[in-house]
Amino acid sequence: MKVRIKFAKYGVMKYIGHLDIMRYFQKCMRKADVDIAYSTGFSPHQIMSFASPLGVGVESRGEYFDIELNSGNAEYVKERLNAVMVPGMEIISVVKLPDGVKNAMASIAAASYTVFPKDGYEHENQCTDKIEDFLLQESIVITKQTKKNEIEFDLKPHIFSFEFDKEAYRMLVDASSAGNIKPLAVIEEYGKFCGVDISLDHYQIVRNEIFTESEGKLMSLESLGEDF
Amino acid sequence: MSIKLALSDEILMKVEKPARYIGNEINSVVKDKDSVDIRFAMCFPDVYEIGMSHIGIQILYDMFNKYDDVWCERVYSPWVDLDKIMREQDIALFGLESQEPIKNFDFLGITLQYEMCYTNILQVLDLAKIPLMSKDRAEEDPIVIGGGPCSYNPEPIADFFDIFYIGEGETKYRELLDIYKEHKKNKTSRMDFLVEAAKLGGMYVPCLYETSYKQDGTIESFEPIRDDIPRSISKEVVIDMKSADYPVTPVVPFIKCTQDRAVLEIQRGCIRGCRFCQAGQLYRPVRERDVDDLKKKAMEILANTGHEEISLSSLSSSDYSKLEELTDYLIEECSKKYVNISLPSLRIDNYALDAFGKVQDVKKSSLTFAPEAGSQRMRNVINKGLTEEDILNGSKMAFERGWNKVKLYFMLGLPGETKEDIEGIGDLCDKIARVYFETVPKEKRTGGPVQITASTSFFIPKPFTAFQWAPMNTKEDFLEKAYITRTSIINQLNQKRIKYNWHEADVSVMEGVFARGDRRIAPVILEAYKRGCMYDAWNEYYHNDVWLQTFKDLGVDIDFYTTRSRELDEIFPWDFLSCGVSKEWLKKEWLRSKEAEVTPNCKLKCNGCGAAIYGTGICTGDGR
Repeated sequence: MKVRIKFAKYGVMKYIGHLDIMRYFQKCMRKADVDIAYSTGFSPHQIMSFASPLGVGVESRGEYFDIELNSGNAEYVKERLNAVMVPGMEIISVVKLPDGVKNAMASIAAASYTVFPKDGYEHENQCTDKIEDFLLQESIVITKQTKKNEIEFDLKPHIFSFEFDKEAYRMLVDASSAGNIKPLAVIEEYGKFCGVDISLDHYQIVRNEIFTESEGKLMSLESLGEDF
Repeated sequence: MSIKLALSDEILMKVEKPARYIGNEINSVVKDKDSVDIRFAMCFPDVYEIGMSHIGIQILYDMFNKYDDVWCERVYSPWVDLDKIMREQDIALFGLESQEPIKNFDFLGITLQYEMCYTNILQVLDLAKIPLMSKDRAEEDPIVIGGGPCSYNPEPIADFFDIFYIGEGETKYRELLDIYKEHKKNKTSRMDFLVEAAKLGGMYVPCLYETSYKQDGTIESFEPIRDDIPRSISKEVVIDMKSADYPVTPVVPFIKCTQDRAVLEIQRGCIRGCRFCQAGQLYRPVRERDVDDLKKKAMEILANTGHEEISLSSLSSSDYSKLEELTDYLIEECSKKYVNISLPSLRIDNYALDAFGKVQDVKKSSLTFAPEAGSQRMRNVINKGLTEEDILNGSKMAFERGWNKVKLYFMLGLPGETKEDIEGIGDLCDKIARVYFETVPKEKRTGGPVQITASTSFFIPKPFTAFQWAPMNTKEDFLEKAYITRTSIINQLNQKRIKYNWHEADVSVMEGVFARGDRRIAPVILEAYKRGCMYDAWNEYYHNDVWLQTFKDLGVDIDFYTTRSRELDEIFPWDFLSCGVSKEWLKKEWLRSKEAEVTPNCKLKCNGCGAAIYGTGICTGDGR
């Protein structure tokens, strides 16, 4: 059966890169004795696919990967995995995917983020109350550096919501393969709009949730699954 | 428990691989610092990925942390990017687990696995804000203690250490720590503690000994400066290896390390007695671990780490008497768990090839031989019991089973080596290629034709080997010999199938100096470090010009340590240490090598090397 696992990554674990997190989870599957399925062939590997790589330095309360499971139930898998997690890694939910649900990576439509100053830094002055005006612009064009050249790109249709609340920027932005938006790109543009040169590396990003689109609605990736 | 990192977010986001510095790995041990009496920092003076691959540290880390009164943490050399930042921002080196400065620890243990890490020892001390010289350390500084193979000639780095632990760490640390606790309780001086430590056995406290030199620069005498200090120090040995502990919860790194797998030490020591090999002498006698215990531990390690691969570790796995039983068991059990097995240092025979065939993809893997010398005469000189027939037969069997890649390792600059001996390398490679073409019919040569890779390193005479008297070649000799090797390969019929790699000669010369150096080398190492030398084991950071200039400026003659012929009765800097093997026996072996006489291995016959004094392992017939 196809199983979706939601996890959090925070604290010192934010310094561990995506490939190492994959290796970490492969080891954890063995250590936790989870009955994960392996591919066939001379060098079998665990059937495991991650939704979206998280950059080094970014924390998350809503990361996902799908596995193929031979046996076991949600509670068992969650408990066993949590028992072997290191501080800064946490299994939030384990659900079974009904037949026909696309894999985590293919189905991503959006992601929500919280962005706030790291310890020892503060928000740039007067830069939190102009969001409404910022979003009222007809377009928010940025130039993106690609391998070959620079292209112009309009952020606006890809920002689904953007606000400042409880000392943090909060946003829901496009995360589909066609229009993936980096949260700091929004903050940078907003800073320019306010006439402030925002030091992006003073900000901590937390990804809260990854969404897929179903019948015109954004749904969290875990909500497509069911308990088992 | 949330640990506050020693490095700021800004720094961690700037450096390459921040995972090197944050700890928190699976199975790393975090204790309540207020509940322990002794804080021990265990250091491998090289980058994290190298240090984390070392099984010795895992063994000691496990042992120390099983003591309730000790918290052992790990520390590695910060990579050059962080090194620079730490110096600029005055950040003190810290233990990975607690993230607290090493300077506040009780002990800093440094493992000495190869000579070219010596400047990194100074880097670690410097960044930890511990005085580089033992004599400059204050009462509250950690006790700096070295161990590992290079401690068998500790003299070039003696000035930087308070103690060297000679031999295997399992035996004496508990007693040493107890003495330390007593000393701490009674508030006796650092020197009082060092004197007590020196009496314990297995502990070399350099500041309690003095060397005098003859006119010609060789050693006149080496004596303790106090009557109550032993004149010679014997290595510590685990007598009962069958019940010796082995870590079943090794720390599992997040980032890919050199050794990214579970490691099972199956035995210590080697029966072979190759005359160039230091490890083969230092770890005598051969002691096997219990096969049933190994099976159990292997499964426990896999369960506790989640590793997807397990490897056997020993100097010569084929000589382990229960190898087949162990390997068959692992192949059976691991295939159920999708765990790979890696089988290094196996002699190529039918059994090994069958086992390889089961655990690896024949087409992708290569067959490895270490003839070490090109001619049979030279192989007899070095007592390498591997014949041309073994190699050609082994290759033939492997080719029949589908292998088509062969790797061969040789040394250049061996004592008494002639042009013919060197040219034997090309001949041997060609013969292997011919065996391939004779064995494998054209239609079966899928996966491309045979590929033979010959690699040469330069021979460096090491203490406690039969060749400790041997003059080392000059850099020019080495390069000339590499050239002869290359020519001998190019002249072969199948030269297109043979690839040749050789080592840098500069760094080999320096390693030669450190290997057989004395106390007069320490100021050079210190000065070279001050002039920026660090990470000398890394080609891109090795600055030969700086080293040569430093030797010159300090008036220390490199050739004295490398190319000089040594008399049979010369007192060597390491003579006050004993690894069990006697100097008399090594002398006999040195003389036999000159006659190209082979000495049988310990399984065939006891040759009276002296290691029987420990009364264990093969010397008592175990595993024979």
